[in-house]
Amino acid sequence: MENISRSVVKKDHAPKMSGRSIYVSDYQTAQSGERILTGKLLRSTLAHARVLGVDVPELPEGYFYVDARDVPGDNNVNIVLDDTPVFCRETVEYIGDPIAMLCGPDPDEVERLVKACRVRYEELEPVLDLAAGQEAFFDYRFGHGDVDAAFAAADKQYDETFETGYQDQTYLEPQGMMAEPEADGGMYVHGSMQCVYYVHGALPRVLACAPEKVHVFQDVTGGGFGGKEDYPSVLGCQVAVAARKCGAPVRCVLDRREDLACTSKRHPSLCRYRAAVKDGKVTALEIDVRFNAGGYSTLSAVVLQRGIIAAQGVYNIPNLRLRGRAIKTNTVPNGAYRGFGGPQTFFAVEMMMDHIARDLGVDALAFKEAHLVKKGDSTSTEGRYHFPVPLPGMIDQVDAACDLRKKRALYSQPQTGRYRRGIGTSLYFHGAGFTGSGERDLIKAVAKLRKYADGTVEVLAANGEIGQGLRTTFPKIVAQELGLPLEKVSYNHPDTARVPDSGPTVASRSLMVVGELLRRAAAKLKAQWRDGEEQEVEERFREPDFLIPFYLDKFSGDAYPTYSWGVNAIEVEVDTYTGKTKILGAYGSFDVGTPIDEKIVIGQMEGGFLQGIGYASIEKMAYDHTGRIRSNSFSDYLIPTAADVPNLKCMLYVEKYPEGPYGAKGAGELPLVGAPGAYVEAMEQALGGVSLHHAPFTAEDTMDTIVKEGL
Amino acid sequence: MNGISFTLNGREVTYTGSAADRLLDVLRRDYGCTSVKCGCKEGECGACAVLVDGVLLNSCCVAMGAVDGAAIVTMEGYCKTERFAVLDRAFADLSAVQCGFCIPGMVLAAEALLAKNPHPTEAEIREGLSGNLCRCTGYNAIVNAVENAAKEGNGLW
Repeated sequence: MENISRSVVKKDHAPKMSGRSIYVSDYQTAQSGERILTGKLLRSTLAHARVLGVDVPELPEGYFYVDARDVPGDNNVNIVLDDTPVFCRETVEYIGDPIAMLCGPDPDEVERLVKACRVRYEELEPVLDLAAGQEAFFDYRFGHGDVDAAFAAADKQYDETFETGYQDQTYLEPQGMMAEPEADGGMYVHGSMQCVYYVHGALPRVLACAPEKVHVFQDVTGGGFGGKEDYPSVLGCQVAVAARKCGAPVRCVLDRREDLACTSKRHPSLCRYRAAVKDGKVTALEIDVRFNAGGYSTLSAVVLQRGIIAAQGVYNIPNLRLRGRAIKTNTVPNGAYRGFGGPQTFFAVEMMMDHIARDLGVDALAFKEAHLVKKGDSTSTEGRYHFPVPLPGMIDQVDAACDLRKKRALYSQPQTGRYRRGIGTSLYFHGAGFTGSGERDLIKAVAKLRKYADGTVEVLAANGEIGQGLRTTFPKIVAQELGLPLEKVSYNHPDTARVPDSGPTVASRSLMVVGELLRRAAAKLKAQWRDGEEQEVEERFREPDFLIPFYLDKFSGDAYPTYSWGVNAIEVEVDTYTGKTKILGAYGSFDVGTPIDEKIVIGQMEGGFLQGIGYASIEKMAYDHTGRIRSNSFSDYLIPTAADVPNLKCMLYVEKYPEGPYGAKGAGELPLVGAPGAYVEAMEQALGGVSLHHAPFTAEDTMDTIVKEGL
Repeated sequence: MNGISFTLNGREVTYTGSAADRLLDVLRRDYGCTSVKCGCKEGECGACAVLVDGVLLNSCCVAMGAVDGAAIVTMEGYCKTERFAVLDRAFADLSAVQCGFCIPGMVLAAEALLAKNPHPTEAEIREGLSGNLCRCTGYNAIVNAVENAAKEGNGLW
């Protein structure tokens, strides 16, 4: 193992382990010593309506009602577009759409006041059906080759539709933000978040102030997984507007039901795949992707882009025609969740390949292997796989861990008896870093190192520790490059008043992109090092020169500089009497380049893989005919516990990326992406070779299939 | 009415508020025990778990009236014990702490388990921790850490 990969005690271990870490809900007073007012949102109870007015109860002294009229600047939260309001405009667009915030010193009284508000609505017809939704926030088309000619020449054609449901990030710490007016007229906003500069970017417009008049600090954050990418900008603007009106610090921490029902989730999807096959090979795919965007556009553009770019999987498909739409519905706006559009389309393409293979009478894994991309091949957007594609070696690694090939053959034989087994596989990638030219054109990351006179070095960057280990891995890179002991290098939670904008904590980019800036900064500092002096060095992002420029209008070029790769196998045993499924083993081989701390990376892989297994099997969330999310508590929305998947085995496979620090690539999102494909393929095998088309595939679905198929 | 008396991390205290108040809220607000986290407030996630007379309870589902005369331990007190030190090393060695939000409840769940069963099997550990949700780790590192602590702390439990 390389030195950099050796595990250390995480720098934030001690305060977290002993419960001393202060999360946003833990502050007893504001930094000024003032009492913190509690804010609670009054939310729409209808999916689509005109708001005619709100009858607000008489407010006791010291209590405030805050709505759109109190926004000093624009009532728009800057995300990708500006359609998300701070507080609703004339209409509400989903159940949970914030109308106002009630604030005051006693949380119980605030709660009572929220309940006492009467909203007068004029009900409008909501759009709730993803398949029928007409309005697309985003509508992209791209392709290559001659799809019509390939279909005309095909031996066989296939046409199937795949569906995936919501997935909630379910960070254990609910969303929470706090705003504190400062003596100089500024506003200090802090809380649980991934992207301090996203919040910082949104505030000045809303508060109608100069950017210098706000600063944003990331408190210790109890998990994010994408869920704290954009939503903290919305909540941050709401508490800032409230704090401005109240002239006092305001904190709003969501309760779990509110968080489950009203904050962004993974987009439900419908993917129709048409395939042309000639001489045993897929010659063309025509793909129609629909993502349920919800009531506002938030991050749907970029989630959809990543999803459709991945829609042909890890396979060479000579002819492709693709259309992807983010459909507006009157439901909660969906956004970022680990994998960011990839899990939906990878599920569809993996199932499609599996179904074609079975129809052709060949083993699905062998069929997939015959289509695998390799170094030098063209991507879906006619970019290049510039580096070796390690999938064959990774398949061997998984096979060695669980006898994959032998079991696939065994379980494909007819099974009888109460318990039936299956094993499924998935092959996939995660494009590392922002999609397209985002790093170069939008983010333009800057990172700094500050060396103090005593020889200690502080990392100055905007990326948030959310459990993934950045407070440890960033210093490890710097310490390694400078040849310093690790305790001499520190990284704190970012405050925009102190750190440059190194970009958001998203897209599996922090370690690979910002980590490399820090490595280069450390090399520079080493060359200039002067004992006993304070010094500062800075590095700016520059695009690798091998890249084929990406054009979003045409979806052409390198969407990513490199890829992390994954191979999963999941082995199940179905109890045909009860419909319950036991996961006998879940095996993952993951290539994220050089691990910058092996145990941290394995922790990411295990955590992500289990989230993916939850998504595939038990995490079911849906809305009813009124647009109300039904599974809004932990007794309805189940996530895996310690007892659910005891045999979860993650292995690393290292294909270094020369432009990443010590060869590291993006890691955080990859392990979630492939689980649904592997799990549902395993269920197909256990259920006698039936063809399945949706995830999650729950115990109820299993029972339905057993009954229908007479198993 | 003399209030509700109980010991909190070994210290005798008397709560004079309502007997219907939630233990979770009182611990956080009145006694500054912010290691006790609120993850769901309906007894499903375990983030607010504390020891009441040695029994692991979700403090969001305990009314103050129920703790009169009880001995309550939160992480603020438990982190000073020798048993904690063993668990601390085991969790540190395996990088078992990610976002940290579930950890105080999780560690107290480990304590409750080991106090009853000093040498649990892996399956028993998984069962013992299954009332405490963690979304970050996938649980392997936590389960292995508790297993290691049980070996390392031989005789402590």
